[in-house]
Amino acid sequence: MYLSSSARWALRAFTALVLIVLYAPIVYVARLSVNTARNYAWPPRGFTFEWWQKAFHETGPREALLHSVQTGLTATAIALVLGTLAAFALTRAKFFGRNAVSLFIVLPIALPGIVTGIALLSGFERVGITVSFSTLVVAHATFCVVIVYNNAAARLRRLSPNLREASADLGAEGWQTFRLVTFPLMRTALVAGGLLAFALSFDEIIVTTFTAGIGYKTLPLWFADNFSRPNAIPTVNVVATFVVLASVIPVWLAQRLTDRPGSAV
Amino acid sequence: MTEPSAPQVHGVRRRVARFFARHPRAALGAQLSAPGGWLLIIYIGSLAALILTSLFRLVDDPTGLVTKLDTSIGFGNFDRVISQPVYRAVALRTLGAAATVTVIDAVIALPLAFYMGKVASQRARRMLVVAVTLPLWAGYLVKGYAWRALLDPGGGAFQEVFGHSLGFGYASSIVVLAYLWFPFMVIPLYAGFDRLPDSLLEASTDLGAKAGRTFVSVVVPQIVPSLVAGSIFTFSLTLGDFYMNRIVGGTTEFIGNIVYRQFSVDLPFAAAYAVIPIVIMVGLLLAVRRTGALDEL
Repeated sequence: MYLSSSARWALRAFTALVLIVLYAPIVYVARLSVNTARNYAWPPRGFTFEWWQKAFHETGPREALLHSVQTGLTATAIALVLGTLAAFALTRAKFFGRNAVSLFIVLPIALPGIVTGIALLSGFERVGITVSFSTLVVAHATFCVVIVYNNAAARLRRLSPNLREASADLGAEGWQTFRLVTFPLMRTALVAGGLLAFALSFDEIIVTTFTAGIGYKTLPLWFADNFSRPNAIPTVNVVATFVVLASVIPVWLAQRLTDRPGSAV
Repeated sequence: MTEPSAPQVHGVRRRVARFFARHPRAALGAQLSAPGGWLLIIYIGSLAALILTSLFRLVDDPTGLVTKLDTSIGFGNFDRVISQPVYRAVALRTLGAAATVTVIDAVIALPLAFYMGKVASQRARRMLVVAVTLPLWAGYLVKGYAWRALLDPGGGAFQEVFGHSLGFGYASSIVVLAYLWFPFMVIPLYAGFDRLPDSLLEASTDLGAKAGRTFVSVVVPQIVPSLVAGSIFTFSLTLGDFYMNRIVGGTTEFIGNIVYRQFSVDLPFAAAYAVIPIVIMVGLLLAVRRTGALDEL
């Protein structure tokens, strides 16, 4: 479309402004983590790594980080298996009810987190299960499946069926075709899906609140307990900056592994 | 890989493989049983349990000291939701916030996505997509907390730099939620613009339309499905949110805050209140199914 150069410049300036607004709060927290003052008053003053050192030796955040990693890894492992199976079933065959099944798979993230959270809680209570680490993993795996499924299905849809037929013509059985042909071709999509699923689990708070039980604190739960305590501000700033780095790096890797730029959503 | 005299070890495996090759339906069933069963039992089962729980009620024990669950079916909780003005007000406020956040995001995302999908160079496009999606993963609570630090009326950046801050309240919740869900609106819109053929826009120009006219008459109708897809995200995410109110909302309460406050005290009532967003979302999804927006999710 023909755009006057002033219109182009206006769009460019607007884009730059939006990007600044998107990043400013995140950069600000990172700056606060090396602030000498114990509060978040403007402007930040001085420069110190004191809070990083102190936070590193505090048991609360360390334990919470460990819990988050445990939960994320277990949930991602389950999601990888279930999501891949679902992607195979839903991309390769046409069957009655396929649309319904693909709708069900998206439901855990299409419905608000509060609904997923309280639904799972009432489900567990109904059958007499007390919420604990295992219910938390089950809850996280349930919404992580969607992420793995989306990535795996997108890759499978683009793989030519000729490859499978060629493999079969050469005498490979189903499992061999998967191991030697299909899996190597979808490996990066699975790594990307796994990374994104982990990042989602690592950051999740709403479903977690309902399904973690008392005493098992993930990093977001620790954060929610501490962000409003004036004494904890320096540690909170450090943990916040750490969380940003720990989630952005895997996602950035995941985006490099998929050629579908929008797939992160 | 050639195994000429089919060794014994592979006998069973080969038979299984042959069975699945001859019966694709069985193979499909085997693939679908684990994820399907998981979702059906755990997720759909839980949703059913939620709706069932919402029909129960808590009654006082004869001692009056503890409450116990009365599992007879009744609509008492829904009566309370509808008849008590405070619950109605909270539901309406949440809906209002979801609509406002969606409109704000759409207005800001439209020009941005247009620039990303139609004006910027290929190289810039790829970089912009990454730049817009990365903040999505930078920690939900962290971003809320960052805004808390910026908005704090007692010494936050806005107060100090501009001499005025929104403070902690409804308006701040809306601003921060719009900030949080913004990428969910941009990405589907970008995909929509990216798919829009340039020739269509050129034809419009050739026929004498100026940029503004082309945008309104040619571009917008083509990207309605993307707009609806993005709106479903921003609307649904706002509808279910309650943590941002605790961080920047002051005393503002949404549906989620009530559900959260009640779930450990009166689970049946909390369940009934949580049914509201389910009904709204299902209604919304059914309503927009015709636009084809669901394929964009």
